[in-house]
Amino acid sequence: MADTVQFDLVSPERLMASVQAREIQIPGAEGNLTAMADHSPLITTLRPGILKVSGPEGDLEFAVTGGFAEINASGVSVLAEQAIPRGEMTQDTFKALVDVATDKLAKAQETFVNEPGPVDDAAKLLADMVAMGDEIGLTAH
Amino acid sequence: MPSLKDLKMRIESVKSTRKITKAMQMVAAAKLRRAQESAEAARPYTERFNAVMGRLAASVGKSEGAPKLLSGTGSDQTYLLVVMTSERGLCGGFNSNIAKLARQDANALLAEGKTVKIITVGKKGRDALRRELGSHFVQHVDLSDVKYVGYGNAQGVAASILERFDAGEFDVAKIYFAQFQNVVSQIPTAQQIIPADFEAPAEAGAEDGAFYDYEPDEQAILADLLPRGVATAIFAALLENAASEQGARMSAMDNATRNAGEMIDNLTIQYNRSRQAVITNELIEIISGAEAL
Repeated sequence: MADTVQFDLVSPERLMASVQAREIQIPGAEGNLTAMADHSPLITTLRPGILKVSGPEGDLEFAVTGGFAEINASGVSVLAEQAIPRGEMTQDTFKALVDVATDKLAKAQETFVNEPGPVDDAAKLLADMVAMGDEIGLTAH
Repeated sequence: MPSLKDLKMRIESVKSTRKITKAMQMVAAAKLRRAQESAEAARPYTERFNAVMGRLAASVGKSEGAPKLLSGTGSDQTYLLVVMTSERGLCGGFNSNIAKLARQDANALLAEGKTVKIITVGKKGRDALRRELGSHFVQHVDLSDVKYVGYGNAQGVAASILERFDAGEFDVAKIYFAQFQNVVSQIPTAQQIIPADFEAPAEAGAEDGAFYDYEPDEQAILADLLPRGVATAIFAALLENAASEQGARMSAMDNATRNAGEMIDNLTIQYNRSRQAVITNELIEIISGAEAL
């Protein structure tokens, strides 16, 4: 049995990574999950969080803001709307992301006064974003 | 008959024009390479995205609860045409071809009694359509400060389209851009983005697709991904457009350079002939003056 799996991280602008990986920790919309070789086929959306890849060629970490992941027999592909390597994730970049999420929440609150759905979604996005910052030691303020 | 001095000046001016067109051609060639690279780099995302969407769309289908972005509003009265062109001219038929296609479609829709709204991306398309369809313009997106289009630009355009869709301002949205084929051919293309039309996955894909788990369920994933699909389609179109624009400019400037070269040759022949005529004239004058003595 193969103990590695093909992993691709694709952002709209380019292919960010394409490596063999032993395990991939994905920030799924309904909780983190770790994919290894021979995982059952799955499609999940992502929440803002840290994507961790470890494999024979070393470990990689990316901050992703949203998108989806597809796991199938041929490998794991993560299609992230925005993916930033952990090393390039500075306080400023993080602040910009949080600001966008904050704006979204403010806008949702304004537009959907009596509909909790979109407002909750936006609030969750912001909370996830802040939680991601905590995880890598950046503050939202 | 222009004087020798005039001819000389014209040759000089055509020469400097040739230098400019040559430089523009080389700049376009360099930019084209970059534009092609980024179009190439963006392809995996679009391909995989569409594959997953195709599978999802096929399984959710056009059922009752399907999101409106997929199934449509149930009417096709109002069309939103997003015409994407370049910010600069001097690129052959690139802008006018896109504008022509959009104009044809718009006129056909108007003749059918539909309502047409137009968003222009890029100054040139706006200029080309203003006279005939100016009253249908609802928005203009200015990308003149953008050197290389990024996903952020596409997201901006997509956000405003989605906002209008949510507000019920239109039923069907189409984008117009030029598909990059090669340097000499760019194909003006219309693509419908709302309601989205994803190709069903190939048979082999459908087979293992049947066993996919979805987290959260298919409906929720679709609802999350469809708006992103709009941005993805627009981004892909913008990239195609960028490559097409540079390709069109490159061949237009190549033609211009060649024409200038031809013109210089002709003018030089004319210049040499007139110079010879002047010399002959002077000789005749001298000889006939000597004979008269």
